[in-house]
Amino acid sequence: MSIDIETAARVAKLARIRVEDDALPALAQEFSNILGFIEQLNEVDVEGVEPMVSVEPMRLKRRKDGVTDGGMQDKVLANAPDAREGFFAVPKVVE
Amino acid sequence: MTDLTKLKISEARDALRKGDVSSVELTEACLKAIDMADALGAFVHKTPEVAMGQAKSADDRIKAGDAPDLCGIPLGIKDLFCTKGVPSQAASAILNGFKPEYESTVTSQLFDAGAVMLGKLNMDEFAMGSSNETSTYGNAINPWRRGNDDTALTPGGSSGGSASAVAADLCLGATGTDTGGSIRQPAAFTGITGIKPTYGRCSRWGIVAFASSLDQAGPMTKDVRDAAIMLEAMCGHDPKDSTSADLAVPNFEAMLTGDIKGKTIGIPREYRMDDMPDAIEALWAEGRKMLEDAGAVIKDISLPHTKYALPAYYVIAPAEASSNLARYDGVRYGHRAKLAQGDGITEMYEKTRAEGFGPEVQRRVMVGTYVLSAGFYDAYYNRARKVRTLIKKDFEDVFAQGIDAILTPATPSAAFELGKDVTDPVEMYLNDVFTVTVNLAGLPGISVPTGLDKQGLPLGLQLIGRPWEEGDLLNTAYALEQAAGFVAKPSQWW
Repeated sequence: MSIDIETAARVAKLARIRVEDDALPALAQEFSNILGFIEQLNEVDVEGVEPMVSVEPMRLKRRKDGVTDGGMQDKVLANAPDAREGFFAVPKVVE
Repeated sequence: MTDLTKLKISEARDALRKGDVSSVELTEACLKAIDMADALGAFVHKTPEVAMGQAKSADDRIKAGDAPDLCGIPLGIKDLFCTKGVPSQAASAILNGFKPEYESTVTSQLFDAGAVMLGKLNMDEFAMGSSNETSTYGNAINPWRRGNDDTALTPGGSSGGSASAVAADLCLGATGTDTGGSIRQPAAFTGITGIKPTYGRCSRWGIVAFASSLDQAGPMTKDVRDAAIMLEAMCGHDPKDSTSADLAVPNFEAMLTGDIKGKTIGIPREYRMDDMPDAIEALWAEGRKMLEDAGAVIKDISLPHTKYALPAYYVIAPAEASSNLARYDGVRYGHRAKLAQGDGITEMYEKTRAEGFGPEVQRRVMVGTYVLSAGFYDAYYNRARKVRTLIKKDFEDVFAQGIDAILTPATPSAAFELGKDVTDPVEMYLNDVFTVTVNLAGLPGISVPTGLDKQGLPLGLQLIGRPWEEGDLLNTAYALEQAAGFVAKPSQWW
């Protein structure tokens, strides 16, 4: 399957990665190569096969739904590029 | 004692307990070796102060007689593991400056056992790569060379720094992680041992996530015994990782008898590639003979869906990665792009991720986004998950026929040169052709060095075991190691 430039641009947008216009043709070509490789999967008869959910057949451990941690605002914010007054700061989201 | 850094973990443990050497001496020797080896690009964040503090505590503990096997043993830690207060970047620019406020479960367990951290090790960015060339820190270099040819070779990837550091005797062992072969391929390229345990053996908590249904941590060491010792300390149930198995962890080292009489070893015909180099073909045949001579029964087997493992992997892994890497948005940690006047939150995300992620990571995130997008989810992602079910069933079928372990080559070639012009990303993906099936099936797999090619480069064989039977797998690997008698070391040029 061949990926066109518009599709490459749409995927970049969905992935929230800025790709300059002049880089799109090469990107589309790479996607086409990778997807071409993946297309081999169409040769496999998967009729009636369940998609794998968990590689080892075991029930995930359950725990009580209780508070086990907290009260460490300073640690949570310690690595933030911009933190103010106990919050993460970001550009204006709503006008 | 001389050449302290050349000690194996088992030897150092015994010497520490006898009082022949102290952890401080061992650690100092490693730190010195690391400082002389910057040309290898293996250690990317050195932590001498942490190391010396841990070494002193370890010596006290050994004196007090309370010394687990790893007490006082200097290790390197892959940059993918979050280590408290120490840079942990997954070799990505998007995590520039990130210092976790917490410690990963695996490194906590190692440090609780008294292990010493020498520093953080180079790797491919977010563990996406097979040559360590996607790292923001630059390449890690293989200590091995082709005879007198000084061409720089890859140590493999993604755990390239770990492999280079262990092979060059900069540390006694290292942590690695393996999503499609990232422990076993670099181990094979550098003449060391690396095991990926069964999915769920090691907690993934605090390890930067790539593809959560495939990622597993494991040790990279100088021999099989060391792998057994280190793996035991890394394994165990963790309430913070709901996929970690609540199973007892056996004493793996005690299971190393070298006796594999009556074990049945399968040789899968689908692993014979048309363009396989003669050296790999010969190595595989020799391995088969060695196990047979050791008393194992050899059976030719078929794993019919092998061919589809790589394409399935290159749907599932990018899909999971695109979801896992959505967290790098410039808000909570790491890099945030400088914004222009009027830029809003979307521009912040897009610019941050364009600047922070390297080309291979961007590619995989976008491929993952595509295969999960509306209209393609069934055609790609669900189909790949169905094929994954079939790949796992291939293994279940042969295990049900009485196969105890499967012998394959670890890699389709010896270490290749760095900077090789790879125009098609798929070409690089083929490195994982023998290892990726194991991740898809959640099985334990180990790479053991068994020979050299004509140019003097190490080659490894892979053994694949039944789920949760790492002890038995390690014992088969031990028998192979003893028969192969691989002792070659790279000559020091760095």
